[in-house]
Amino acid sequence: MDLTVSVLLGTFILSVLALFVFIASMAKGLFGSGGAAAVQIFDADEIGTVEDPAATQSQRGSLQKAMDPSTLRTQRDAREVAARLRADQSSSLVVGVCLTMAVVWLVLASVAGLIASIKLHTPDWWVGQAWITFGRIRPIHLNLVAYGWCSMAGIGVALWLIPRLLKTELVGARYALMGGALWAGGVAAGTVTLALGYSDGLEWLEYPWQIDILLVVGGALVGFPMWLTLLRRRVAHLYVSVWYIAAGLLWFPVLFLVANWPGLHFGVQQATMNWWYGHNVLGLWFTPLALAASYYFIPKVLGKPIHSYNLSLLGFWSLAFFYSQVGGHHLIGGPVPSWLITISIVQSMMMVVPVVAVAINQHLTVVGNFRALLYSPTLRFIVLGAMFYTAASVQGSLQALRSVNTVTHFTHYTVAHAHLGLYGFFSMVMFGSIYFIMPRVMKWEWPYPWMISAHFWLVLGGFAVYFIGLSFGGWYQGLAMLDKDVPFMDSVALTIPYLQARSVGGALMTLGHLVFALHFFMMGWKFGPRRLGASLLAPPFLSGASANTASATTARLATATSTATAAGAAR
Amino acid sequence: MSARARRWEMDELRLIVGAMVILSLATGLLVVLPYLLLKNVPPPAGLKPYTAVQLQGRQVYIANGCLYCHSQQPRDIAQAPDATRGWGRASVAGDYAYDTPHLLGTMRTGPDLLNIGARQPSRDWHLGHLYAPRAYTPGSIMPAYPYLFDVRQGAAQPGEVVVNLPPKWARPGEVVVAKPEALALVEYLISLDRTYPALKPLPAAAATGGAR
Repeated sequence: MDLTVSVLLGTFILSVLALFVFIASMAKGLFGSGGAAAVQIFDADEIGTVEDPAATQSQRGSLQKAMDPSTLRTQRDAREVAARLRADQSSSLVVGVCLTMAVVWLVLASVAGLIASIKLHTPDWWVGQAWITFGRIRPIHLNLVAYGWCSMAGIGVALWLIPRLLKTELVGARYALMGGALWAGGVAAGTVTLALGYSDGLEWLEYPWQIDILLVVGGALVGFPMWLTLLRRRVAHLYVSVWYIAAGLLWFPVLFLVANWPGLHFGVQQATMNWWYGHNVLGLWFTPLALAASYYFIPKVLGKPIHSYNLSLLGFWSLAFFYSQVGGHHLIGGPVPSWLITISIVQSMMMVVPVVAVAINQHLTVVGNFRALLYSPTLRFIVLGAMFYTAASVQGSLQALRSVNTVTHFTHYTVAHAHLGLYGFFSMVMFGSIYFIMPRVMKWEWPYPWMISAHFWLVLGGFAVYFIGLSFGGWYQGLAMLDKDVPFMDSVALTIPYLQARSVGGALMTLGHLVFALHFFMMGWKFGPRRLGASLLAPPFLSGASANTASATTARLATATSTATAAGAAR
Repeated sequence: MSARARRWEMDELRLIVGAMVILSLATGLLVVLPYLLLKNVPPPAGLKPYTAVQLQGRQVYIANGCLYCHSQQPRDIAQAPDATRGWGRASVAGDYAYDTPHLLGTMRTGPDLLNIGARQPSRDWHLGHLYAPRAYTPGSIMPAYPYLFDVRQGAAQPGEVVVNLPPKWARPGEVVVAKPEALALVEYLISLDRTYPALKPLPAAAATGGAR
């Protein structure tokens, strides 16, 4: 008894104290020279110059105009350009492979999700085979999304960001490549075992532990090179994105190992562990990866440093502290000690702190430049994703309140919320990142800009239908279940139109993913018209005259860094 | 940069230490403390361990993902009318003494099943319901599980369990025979019965208001 009371008190005091320390130290400007670290991601003279390899030449011109045409620099330090090129080249093979696998998993995962969705309102459809029953295709969908699409995309983006942010080359790219292959093998094997009916029976942790070994070894082979690269950094300051990636790479293995250790957990304790993992895999793995990407790409595309560097520090530590303890709110009303649930509810509310910190920081960087979203495909996805992050987090905090949770728990509302986080936020940010990264990796432009637009509108429209439909359906379902005079079957019947709406939304999203994947592979095989040079050195386009000047600059640069750019400039 | 400012600069060591301390705190709260508190909770007197067949059935339950639509954790009457629906009293930690992996569930697309064996003890009902859910519950969206059954013309072999479908759903000349998986699953479902009185709240839980 004394133990639990003191733990409870200790946590409260520590939380509040930590918060005050942060606020006080921020007010006193104790967080080092924020400015220097915030501009770390720019080369000398690069601030003010927009960058989006996914944009067409005319889009890029409009993008620069939407920002500040007067700050455009055509001169760039050849050594810095060469260094960045070396960083990119050191990672390009493994990044390309990881992202390709991610896209394949995304398509498979969407198809699995769509099948599961249709089955929920058409229960007698395709019931003959065990492997395709709802109870198997649903975890197949979830695990393909979590460990296939999201993790591989996040790892690919992180592998690409790390050398860039540290201005050095990726150490041990070969091992990372092997790790990626092992990881993908694990996802494939896990999918098959689930289809065959072998499952550990815990949500988010379904893959049998034997398969988990593949993910652990593969993950370690990817993680160690990134940490070794970090230790060989050639920059004085660690940029925000590095904190998130580095911490995520430390957190995830611990979570995954503890959660999957065979024979360790039992009964209700296993349930608390399940949601400790289930929520932390979002908060300490996916969220850091996507925040790292948005902290890099938003300022990078706009050519404008992040609004407040100190705020990002507050955001980082408070996210780590509060997010890691919120898992218990999944068990409100369940057979677990109340103190545990209370801690989780309190920390869920405290999550407002990091969310507001990130929101202010990222949105104030964009504010005043919303026209840029029209011209930059990367930014369009990422800024939308960042908005969904704010929305999902605020919704999540509210959902942890007992009064709200009593209605939404056990309903489709929670499913909608989960998709707001992992799809609206994480996946959108990943789409944007991939649009930025792949032209660098492939040294080839995206062949058909209209396909990027089609992808964007299909997934946005589909997701809107999905989310709105399921949220309303789930809420009404929850209210019906709470009313003792309403028969249970009514709570089932009333959801059917909303479940159908979800299938429509899901079909649109899947279609969007097919467009995306098709475009991705067309780029891989270098289809389409060749519009620009190596996009790293593409001249910012303003008008005919300045374009000529810019090409001259490019030519000069190409001579200066002939070895490094040979591959890019020659194509 | 002043020396004082550099003290706060993020570096690798601070990152590792900070990240790991925070994670251990959360792990301590949500994993280790429950482990220590629940390790020695004795199973309630009224709760019997699962038999071998029931455990096989539990695996069938997991393999076919029943847990994605059915919870096994009735809530207190003060929070939700679970007891009024016949789902049973609010469950306590001891009720899950033999439940590894736990199957508490997160969805109620279908009803809670922690006491389905008490509510619906008929093997015939369960077998028929698995084969043709809508024959028993109109409007149900539970998938049918024909692959847990053998459907054939003619008569059943001796020793086989035949599913007795409602007249409207039975096809003449055809028998539906339950496969061992279906029989085990039904054994498990019927074993789900926590209608014995709950244990007294643990002193620890009572003192912190744990058991309400």
